[in-house]
Amino acid sequence: MNLNEFFHMGGYAFYVWTSYGIALFVLLINVILPILQRKKILGRIARAARRTRRNTA
Amino acid sequence: MFNNFFHKMASPKYFYRISGILIPWLAAGSALLFLAGLYYGLVKAPPDYQQGDSYRIMFIHVPAAWMSMFIYMVMAGAGAIGLIWRIKLAEIMAISSATIGAWFTFLALVTGSIWGKPMWGTWWVWDARLTSELILLFLYLGVIALYNAIDDKRTAARAVAILALVGVVNIPIIHYSVEWWNTLHQGPTVTKFDKPSIHLSMLIPLLQMAVAFKLYYAFVVLMRARCEVLERERNTGWVRELAEKT
Amino acid sequence: MTSDSLLRAFSLLLKRDLTLAMRHRAEMINPLLFFVLVTSLFPLGIGADPKLLQAVGPGVIWVAALLAALLSLEGIFRSDFEDGTLEQFLLSSHPVSVLVIAKVLAHWLITGLPLLVISPLLGVLLGLPADAILILLVTLALGTPVLSLIGAVGVALTVGLRKGGMILSLLVLPLYVPLLIFAASAVDTAAAGLPVTAHLSLISALLVLSLSLSPLATAAALRISLS
Repeated sequence: MNLNEFFHMGGYAFYVWTSYGIALFVLLINVILPILQRKKILGRIARAARRTRRNTA
Repeated sequence: MFNNFFHKMASPKYFYRISGILIPWLAAGSALLFLAGLYYGLVKAPPDYQQGDSYRIMFIHVPAAWMSMFIYMVMAGAGAIGLIWRIKLAEIMAISSATIGAWFTFLALVTGSIWGKPMWGTWWVWDARLTSELILLFLYLGVIALYNAIDDKRTAARAVAILALVGVVNIPIIHYSVEWWNTLHQGPTVTKFDKPSIHLSMLIPLLQMAVAFKLYYAFVVLMRARCEVLERERNTGWVRELAEKT
Repeated sequence: MTSDSLLRAFSLLLKRDLTLAMRHRAEMINPLLFFVLVTSLFPLGIGADPKLLQAVGPGVIWVAALLAALLSLEGIFRSDFEDGTLEQFLLSSHPVSVLVIAKVLAHWLITGLPLLVISPLLGVLLGLPADAILILLVTLALGTPVLSLIGAVGVALTVGLRKGGMILSLLVLPLYVPLLIFAASAVDTAAAGLPVTAHLSLISALLVLSLSLSPLATAAALRISLS
């Protein structure tokens, strides 16, 4: 099987690759969102901690 | 000793540490299985004699549909544990599962619809499985909306647990009624998704993808749960220390 | 003795809710008007061809009943929540789930029963045959209590929220799907002159199931909402 045939998917290329593309998107976004959220939360907590320290000092 | 383990696991700090160790392994395992499943599913498996290459959508549609059901059960189970034994961590697992479950349901719906286009000639057919998935998506969205609407997150988690349990009682009934409705209104159409016998060369990648999705869910749900833990424990010493180190 | 006092509490609560409802008749009549209005919009929207109307009639009437029930659901607990009566219920020595049944029964008598009474008229408007209208009555008699019972869980979960209404429909409508399917198809089948015992026993099963489980879930949800 050559590469062209593989991408052609027997004429169903559009349907097959759209499905796999959407799946990839869903799988990636569910990994990226929690990573970003974790960074955001940790940053917020760190800022809050620094602020209270400055205020008490 | 066993009890001790659960007690420890239920402490947020310990959970955060252990899940941090588990996540890379689960991610690696799921990535490997995805690659294997893709290779066997897209390259190795022969085209179907009826559907040609379009059946390859099955390798994501079917595992996504399985996961959408499975995650709802996990969510209801974790919710029940949280309600009965007041284990915070179970509540966190339940609500972290909801969003991922909704995404998988969405994926199953969209791929089902795309698969339907070459098979049925239209983007949407009121097929029993697609209809059930659609209602399942509504159930998930209800859970998420309720959680977001209640300000106090502990109350929200417990309300969501009740809703998930009500949903879990209803899912088999909904499923049954939709199948019944489908046979009633469309006659005994052969569902293209359910193959009576599936060839081994197609079954192997299907199972690989199914396990890959399970591992993926495990590591993503842990990542979400860690965020929830940080959010809820933001006033404790260990979270502050952690935040200032990064 | 305890069961005696429980029965007294049950009937007192029921009487109180009914008296209150008689004082605010608009709340009773609005869902009913809505039910009639929505149903009569359909011929205007899709055309008055008798065959078409007869085909969509059972589904239309049942969807309208679902929406009318949804409209009135908040009334089950809203006012009791706002004036603090609900907290008194939770503190009482009686099982909350029994009190919930009393409230749901009152709600059904106020909103479900009128739907039942007016529905033959709508059946006639949509050109359903007499057999189908009879079955429509039976399905509504068995089904509207299910609407109130399932709805009570949703209301109990959202009663403390400012924008509870929108979420309530998202929570409750998917759970109404099986009832809608069985009931509309029962009327449809009856219109075709076929037996509907299977449909009716499925709807009865839904009623029994929701009658036994929903008060427990409602009571638990009220405890959480008021905590």
